This record gives sequence, structure tokens and C-alpha cells, in this order.
Amino acid sequence: MIGALGFTAPWLLLGLLALPILWIILRAVPPAPIRRIFPGVTLLLGLKDDEQVSDRTPWWLLLLRMLALAALIIGLAGPVLNPRNDEAGRGPLLIAMDASWASAADWPARIEMVERILSDAARADRTTALLNLSAPQQVIFQSANEVQSTLAGLRPAAWEPSSDAAAITAFLPDETFDTIWLSDELARDTRAALSAIFSSKGALRVIAAASETIAIAPARFEGGATIVEARRSVAGAARNVPVDVHGKDPSGAPRILARAEITMESGAKSALTELSLPSELRARVTHFALTGTRSAGAVTLSDDSLRRREVALIAGREDREGLELLSPLHYLRQALAPNADLLEGGLLDILPAAPDVVILADVATLAPAEDGALTEWVEDGGLLVRFAGPRLAASDVSRSEEDTLMPVRLRAGGRTVGGAMSWGTPKNLAPFTEDSPFFGLPLSRDVTVSSQVMAQPDPTLAARVIASLGDGTPLVTRKPLGEGQIVLFHVTANAEWSTLPLSGLFVSMLDRLAISSIVGAPSGDDLSGTTWQPVSVMDGFGRILDADALVGVAGDRLLSDALGPDLRPGLYEGKSRRIARNVIGAETELAQASWPAGTDIRLMQTRPETPLGGILLSLALALLMVDIVASLAMSGRLRGAIAGFGAMMLLGFPADAQDDAFALSASSELVLGHVITRNPEIDRTAEAGLRGLSQTLFFRTSIEPTDPIGVDLETDELAFFPLLYWPITPDQPTPSANAYAKLNDFLRSGGMILFDTRDADIARFGASSPNGRKLQALAEPLDIPPLEPLPEDHVITRTFYLLQDFPGRHTARDIWVEAAPKDAERVEGMPFRNLNDGVSPVVIGGNDWAAAWAMDARGNSIFPIGRGFAGERQRELAYRFGVNLVMHVLTGNYKSDQVHVPALLDRLGQ
Amino acid sequence: MNTAATPRALRLDAEAEASHLPALLARAEHLAGTVLLGEHGRRRAGMGDDFWQYRPVQIGDSRRMIDWRRSARSDAQFVREREWQVAQSVMLWVDASASMRFSSGAHLPEKSDRARLIALASAILLIKGGERVGLTGTGLPPRRGRAQVLRLSEQFCANTDVDYGAPEARAMIPHARALFVSDFLGDLDAVEAALTKAADRGVRGVLLQVLDPAEESFPFHGRTIFESAGKTLRYETLKASDLRDRYLEKLGERKDALRHLCAVSGWQFMTHHTDAPAQAALLWLHRALERSA
Repeated sequence: MIGALGFTAPWLLLGLLALPILWIILRAVPPAPIRRIFPGVTLLLGLKDDEQVSDRTPWWLLLLRMLALAALIIGLAGPVLNPRNDEAGRGPLLIAMDASWASAADWPARIEMVERILSDAARADRTTALLNLSAPQQVIFQSANEVQSTLAGLRPAAWEPSSDAAAITAFLPDETFDTIWLSDELARDTRAALSAIFSSKGALRVIAAASETIAIAPARFEGGATIVEARRSVAGAARNVPVDVHGKDPSGAPRILARAEITMESGAKSALTELSLPSELRARVTHFALTGTRSAGAVTLSDDSLRRREVALIAGREDREGLELLSPLHYLRQALAPNADLLEGGLLDILPAAPDVVILADVATLAPAEDGALTEWVEDGGLLVRFAGPRLAASDVSRSEEDTLMPVRLRAGGRTVGGAMSWGTPKNLAPFTEDSPFFGLPLSRDVTVSSQVMAQPDPTLAARVIASLGDGTPLVTRKPLGEGQIVLFHVTANAEWSTLPLSGLFVSMLDRLAISSIVGAPSGDDLSGTTWQPVSVMDGFGRILDADALVGVAGDRLLSDALGPDLRPGLYEGKSRRIARNVIGAETELAQASWPAGTDIRLMQTRPETPLGGILLSLALALLMVDIVASLAMSGRLRGAIAGFGAMMLLGFPADAQDDAFALSASSELVLGHVITRNPEIDRTAEAGLRGLSQTLFFRTSIEPTDPIGVDLETDELAFFPLLYWPITPDQPTPSANAYAKLNDFLRSGGMILFDTRDADIARFGASSPNGRKLQALAEPLDIPPLEPLPEDHVITRTFYLLQDFPGRHTARDIWVEAAPKDAERVEGMPFRNLNDGVSPVVIGGNDWAAAWAMDARGNSIFPIGRGFAGERQRELAYRFGVNLVMHVLTGNYKSDQVHVPALLDRLGQ
Repeated sequence: MNTAATPRALRLDAEAEASHLPALLARAEHLAGTVLLGEHGRRRAGMGDDFWQYRPVQIGDSRRMIDWRRSARSDAQFVREREWQVAQSVMLWVDASASMRFSSGAHLPEKSDRARLIALASAILLIKGGERVGLTGTGLPPRRGRAQVLRLSEQFCANTDVDYGAPEARAMIPHARALFVSDFLGDLDAVEAALTKAADRGVRGVLLQVLDPAEESFPFHGRTIFESAGKTLRYETLKASDLRDRYLEKLGERKDALRHLCAVSGWQFMTHHTDAPAQAALLWLHRALERSA
């Protein structure tokens, strides 16, 4: 074994010693000669070879062969990367697995490890058993194959193994056995006890995870930022841990709301990052997760402790400007600001923001709209807290009958005690009754009430009082309304009527009313007697599952008990809040396990053993192939092979060549194109016509086109053609959508299509002849601008020849081109209007120009046109039209610009 | 040549051999057709069939020589002269040895194929010109007429297994002309002996050396065993490319020796390569045979 490399047959490596001998032998043997028949051999007979060096095999070829041979020898010696060298034991074998959340990150590797152990055990014919320390069961030794079949259902638990070593010991049989313990390497109290027990039963080997365990602590809210902390078991090297903040988007779909990165310093066991999330976003966070680590420890659920409640503060008219301490809202602000988001403004502006609590400080009357909106909001679950004050006391609100938004009726005036003008002393608070939400809050003697509004005695009054003064008069009353509730403090929110706002009790009371969020974990005492229903729980991999089928957990166990099968990490819901139990608590520290001295600890091998023999043998084969080629090259026999190979390579690319040939023929010279209609007669005529036109252009103008090309709209590229001639037949196929897309591109990029219905346009306006109807159908998907019959001053009439008629085989006058702009005006003194720029994308007519232009290979006209000299004149005009048309396509409105020449010459002073 | 055991096999072989005949003949005719015969005849008065000129009777002319029909049209008497026509005998020798059956590439003809084609084509031309053509040796004495072409082409279809051919110089008619076609890569002494013998008899002619391009360029590399076509000779080299220059030198020496031999015996020498068109060689041959007359 050399490092991570081992050999199954190391003695074969001695064969490497033979390589130098082979070197010498091979070096002496020249390459095999090639035999040639050569009559000139008589001339060679007297000649001698100049040098004797070349008869030897060249050194690089020798080296190649040596390498091939060495690869062969090493390959046959059976090299194995990362070889296992487990010595087989005897007797029953117990595989103990921590199977906790900390094992989840490399769970497949662990299962693979167990499978390997099991297959080894099966080979050694040992009985085995699997002990899951997180969910221990009676240990029964079975054949390895039986155990193997249970592996598929094995999952890491979301909790840690039981801390009760005795409970595990009870499951162990009496007989002796060897133990392999797949540990998650987290420090645990039971480790020492269990390892002692296992050691007493037989040999114990611990297989430890190679990597550190990393986890995330519960997020907390401090100083306006959300703090996320990552912890790890080993104070190892520096690393960056990305954190995802999961939550729901406004539509309720789960998504990642934010990302952050925690940088762990080298040697640090924990690090934190601060996330500043807007409160609206923070309220939607469901959990934080370390990216890339699959375990329950890498996920922490967030509960209400992260939520900051939104509290709307609304005061009556503040006419006493500048006296802040007397402001009805000052003490509320002070009490709530650390833990809640405060909203201030008009009531109707605030309600749409859905605050959790609305506090009305000494607000007596509400506008009807405000009243209705507020009622609706309370009925939907809002908490309305009202404070009394001089204004409320003076008003008639809830006087004769109970106001919807008041818990009680009020007596007129209120009362004042302990003042200069009254008897008695200021009143203290009475202890809170058990059904009060304030039950248990410590009373302080210095809270005194000197003025208050008085509740009208009512049958319902007693039930609505949640705090009262020492003389029994209600101080805080409450009534439910719909799903919400209305709370009335019978004193002011400032220190005018009582000292309550000055005391710590005021803050606690607001807390109890769930006005401010509860920062920090609630104590077990708070929760005793309540039952908490799991909403969602996590499995060992950190996946969040619904917890519909799980039973509720008693409140006093919820926070204190260790996690286990009946208290899973997850989100628990109580009456008014949710509490998250996470795998890692705020105080949990991760530590590396320590084992008793002398324990056989091995790292888990995540790298599987890899036989390298095949690779080396393939390498040897490849080298020998290279050797063949090289030997052929040496003896001069490679030329034929190379030629054959080259020919094969050339055969490989016929398809592209075809496209290229089309592109070359269409673009190396100017080429006119005609659309192939699949009617051979028409296509021949079109081609002959364009050939005639091309010839005419060649002889008369500087445009020198080559032979025209028939264009298949479906397959051919159109961009090469300036002009497409498209004869219409009633039965030609309609192009596909792709072809229309190409045609539209063609038209937009300056191409022109000459549509020819070839029917002399006898029906006028192309309406009702079969060809006309076909043209309409064909042109419908095309991007064609509005058309008009060719006006007399259109640029086509003068691009080369001056024309007023455009005959082909027929002599119909009307041809249609792109309409001139509406505002084209004829300038005084100018022969032509200043018409549109650019080229008319289509020209439509029915004069069968191709027939008039058609020329055979010798330049003779194919079709007779008209009669006698008049016919020849007509053909000449047809050619002239063609020339003008192509000129128009190629030069655009150049001739139109010529109308400015007199003006330009004038300006130049000529 | 072929030792066929049964009549059936004999016939098959015979037909296979005979199938070359028309092809060779046709190609040779085709090749000969490219040469326009325009310069035949000796251009002076002499023995012959064709009219050459009338001349006044001179002293010494016998009365029988007077052409009375011409003389009757004038006062003088005229003698009708005929063009001097001498039927020359041309003796061919085409190397049929194994070394001629070599070609270095699939697109190249064998040397023997090209040699026979050229020889037969020039024979056709000569026979059209009225000469008598035959083979050296006793096999086919010179005769005239088309039938001789057929006999020649028949003779040309025969191959021998000898590695290198030696020119046949027996039974040469004195003052005849001769055409030897071979690669002349064999023993030079045999060529020298044949030319000496021919010169003794006043025979002049042409040596046409037919070579394959590979023999001219020696495009070989690496360790190679070169064998003669009959496998009687072999030569092994370890680095063929090194030999090229010296081989070409020796080839040049061989050509020079042949050229020198021709010069001293009044013969003409030319090298023809099988990748060059046969027509060029034929034209040259035609002129050369005229000149050597």
C-alpha cells in the first residue's frame, strides 16, 4: 500500500524490472521492412546505406512501448485507489448509529458505509444487528442480508439520541458481540457510558464523520436587525456559510426572501450576521436555513418572537402644543417603541395597513366612516385599546346605551379622588383575578389613580372587568367583538389621571394584552396548563412537514423537555401565539465528541475504493494503438491511410456545402429570383422572362445580373435577392408560417415582390378573378402597406426610361404600389410630388410581364406579343418597365431626388 | 507460355489473351490516326509508282523511257520520272520481360503496355507509309500490308518471365531501320552488343526508354526491401529516402551511357514516362525514324 494506492497482486510489479532489458532488446531490433517490387533495383545494387542509426527504433517510439508495457504490468498488478483494509472479525456484529440530525448531512455516505460493513459481514458469515441510538429497539442478531433490507427505511432523527444510557443498555442482548459505532461526533453525556458497555461486550470500533457539524441558532431580533448565528462543532478553518431566509411571498407561495453569508473565522466556533429585513418582510419569514447542509440543525424555524406587531396610535386633538410629557401618546410611544412598529396618522389612512392593534387615546367621537371601518376591523380580529381622558369623559359616547366600540357604558363625568377638592386618597390597584390576562403581574404600591371614568353598572360589567381598583371600581374593561376585542383603560394614557403609565406595570400590561410582541422565550410557568398543537415539524434532513396527525404537547413540557419522538422540532401553536422548538436552542453549544482513551476511531471513508486496473490497461491499449500508427509512419506506410482518412472526412460535409453553393451562386453576383409555383409551365416562363430581363439589363444598364434563380420560399434564403417575381396561379401551395416570416423579413429589409396575376386584371382591382382571389389569400399574412394605383408621378415612371405605360403580354394600365403619404403635395414649379422615401415593397399587376420578357438561351423571344411592329414596341416597353423596376429596387427614390437638382444648382450660383 | 493442362483451360487462357489484341490494336490505330501522314516519299526522282516530273530527254536515256504521250504535245521529247520510292524495312523489338510489367500507381499504365502501344502505333504508321515492318529475330520478318499489323499485335501480346530483357539483334536485315523499346534497366552489355551488331550491319534506329515516374523520382521512405519483378534480385535498405540522390545519379549515368552508345552507333535515344501522353512519344518516334532513314 502506497498512500491511498494499493495493489491486489503487488508481486507482479517485479515485472517492471524487466523493462530496461526490453529496452535494450527492442532498441536493437529495427522496424520491419516493407517489400516493394521495383525494377530499378539493378541501379541500387552497388549502393550502401550511409548511416546505421536509422535502423534502430527511435527513442520516443521505444519510450511509448515501454510506457505501454509499464501500464500493462501495473494494470495487471491490480492497483486500487483508497483500498479498504478491514480485517474481518468473528461472531455477531452490532452496528450502532447515532442517526441524529447531525448525521443527516452525510446520510447517504453513512448508509453506504453500513452497506459496506454489512456486505463484509455477509462475506464473513457474521450475524449483524442495527441499533439506531436515536430510536432504540431490541437488538436481535440476524443475517446481514436481513439487516440490509431494513436500511432503505432508515432515516436520521430530528433529535439527538436519548440521554438515558440505561434505556439503551436494556435493549442489548447478553451475548458478546463486536460493535461498529457510526458516530455523528457531537459531544454527548452518554458517549462514555455507552462505549464502556460496548467495549465490555467485545471489540468497539468508532467510525467518525470526517467533516465538522454545522448548525444554525434561532434567529433573534436585536436593535432593529435580525441576527442569524451559525455554530459548529470544531473550531476549524475559516469558511463562509450562506444562509437563506425562507418565507412566503405576498401570494402565499414559499420562496427565498433574502440571502446572507456568515463568515466563520478560523478557530471560531460561531459567527453571526445581521439581516436588516423590513418588518413587513420579517413578518413573513418562516425559517432560516444554511444552504448546502441538509440537516435539521441547519434549519431554524421562526415564530412570533421575530414578529413585531404594528400598533396604530391615534390621539384626539392635541391642542396643547409642545408639552410632550403631557401628550396622550408619549408614554405609549415609550412603552411600545422597543418592541413594536408604531403607526401614526389618520385612522382611515392607517386601517388599510392592517395594524395589529389600534390605540385610541382619549378619542371620543369617530366619524361614521371611521366608526364603520374600525368596527369591521375589530370584528376581523383587531385589538382596539382605548384610553379615557377629559374628552371622553365630557362626551356622550356610550352614555345611555353601550357604544359598539366601547366595552362598557360610562357614567357621566367620571370621578376624581384624592384631589384638593375631594375626599379620600388616590386609589391603588386590586390584585388581578385569575381570569384576567394580567393575572400574576406583580402589583406595585406606587401606582395610584386619581381620576377615572366610571363604568355604568350593568349585568355584563363584572365579566368585562379585567383590572379594578382597590375599591372595586373597574380600571380596565374588555369585551369581545367578532373575532377581536375592545379594551378600555378608564384612565388617561398620560400621567394626568394616574401614575400607571409611569410604572413598569403599564408595560407588562401592554405585553399581556399582546400589544407588544413577547421578546425572549416565554417561561415554562407561563405555559403551564396550556396545550400546544404542532403546526409543522421537521424531519432529520430539515424538511418541514405538516403535523396534522401529531398530538398536542403540554405547555410545561414544550420548552423544557428534550426533543424526542413525542416532542419534535417544529412550530407549535397556542391560543394567541406560535412557539418554535428548534433543534438548536438559543443556548445549545456544539462540541466535538471525546472518546475514552484507547478507543479504535476511524474516519469514515467517503472516497470509495476505485480499482485502477481497467484504466491502466486501457491506457496500455491506447499507447499500443499510438504505437501502431507511429510504426506505420516510421516505415512509410501511413500515406495511404491518411489519404483514406482524408477522403472520409471530406465525405462528411455534403449538406452544408449545398446551402453554401446556393448562397454563393445567389450572392456572388446580382441575381433576380422568381418564386417557384410548382407549375412547371409557369416556372419555366418566369425563369425565361427573368433571363430576358437580366440580359436586357446587362446590355442597357450598369446592372449586370447573372442567370435568375427559382426560389423555394420554404427552404431558400431570401435575403440575397433584391427582387422576387411571383406569378400567381390559382392552385399554387400557400407558404408555411415560417416562409411568411421570411417573406415579411424580406419586405421589411427593402426587398420587393412583383406579384403578377397574369390575367390582364380584367376584373379590375384584382377582385374576382381566380388569380386575384388567390393573390388576396397569399398576400393576407404579408406585411404590406396601403396600396394605390400607380400615380403618374411615381418614381417608377422615370428611374431609367420615362414611361407612362407598363405593358407585359397584356396592356392593362393599372398596377398597384405602396400609397403615397397623405400629405404629399405638389410643389409649385416642380414636375413631381415629393413622394415617400424607400422602395415600394410590392408591385401588383396582371400584365404577365414574364411572357413579354421571356428569352431563350440564344436571346430570341419565346412568346409572340401583339401584332407586328406594334407588338415589338409593346415588348420593348415591357423591357423598359422591367429595367425601371429593377432600377427602382436598387436605387430607391434617387430619381425622385433629381427634382431638387434645379434648386440645388440655383443655390450653388450656377 | 501458359502451361494449360486441359483444352478447356487452354481455350480460356487463349481467349483472355486474345481479348487484349483488339484493344491494343484499336488504341494503336487511334494513336496512329493522330499523326498526319504528309511527308512520305523521298521528294526526288527515283524508283517508285507515283509520278514525279517530266524532264527533257538527256543523253543516256533509252528510248523506252520516253513518254510519248507527253512528247507528242511538243517538239521536244520528255521522260516521265517517277518519285523515288524505297520500301524500308523497320525491325521492332519490344521488351516483354517482367520488369516492364510494372506500374507505380493504379492510374498509371504498365510500362510494357505503353511500350507496345507506341511500338504498334508507329508500326501502323510505317505500314501506312508503305514500309515493311517486322520483329527482330526470326519470329516475324518484315512485311507490308495490314495483315502484318495483326501479326505484330499478336506477337506483342506475349510476355516472358525473364527479369530483364536483352535486345534481340539476330537476323537483322542490312541497312534496315530498328526500334528498340525497353526500360533498359537490365544488363547494359547486352544493349551494347546488340547496337554493335546492328551498326555492323548498317542498321540504324531508335532506342526508346520507357520508365515509370516512380523509377524517375524514387519516392520511397523507411526500411524497404526492393525486389525485381521476377524476384531474382533484391536489395534491402534501412533508410530509402537517403538513397534517392544516389539512385537518381545512377539513373542519369545509365541514360548517359545509353545516349553515348546511340551517338557512337548513329542511333537516337529518348526516354518516355508512362505518365506522359503516348502521342508525344509517337510523334518523336515518327520523325526520328524518318531521320534515321
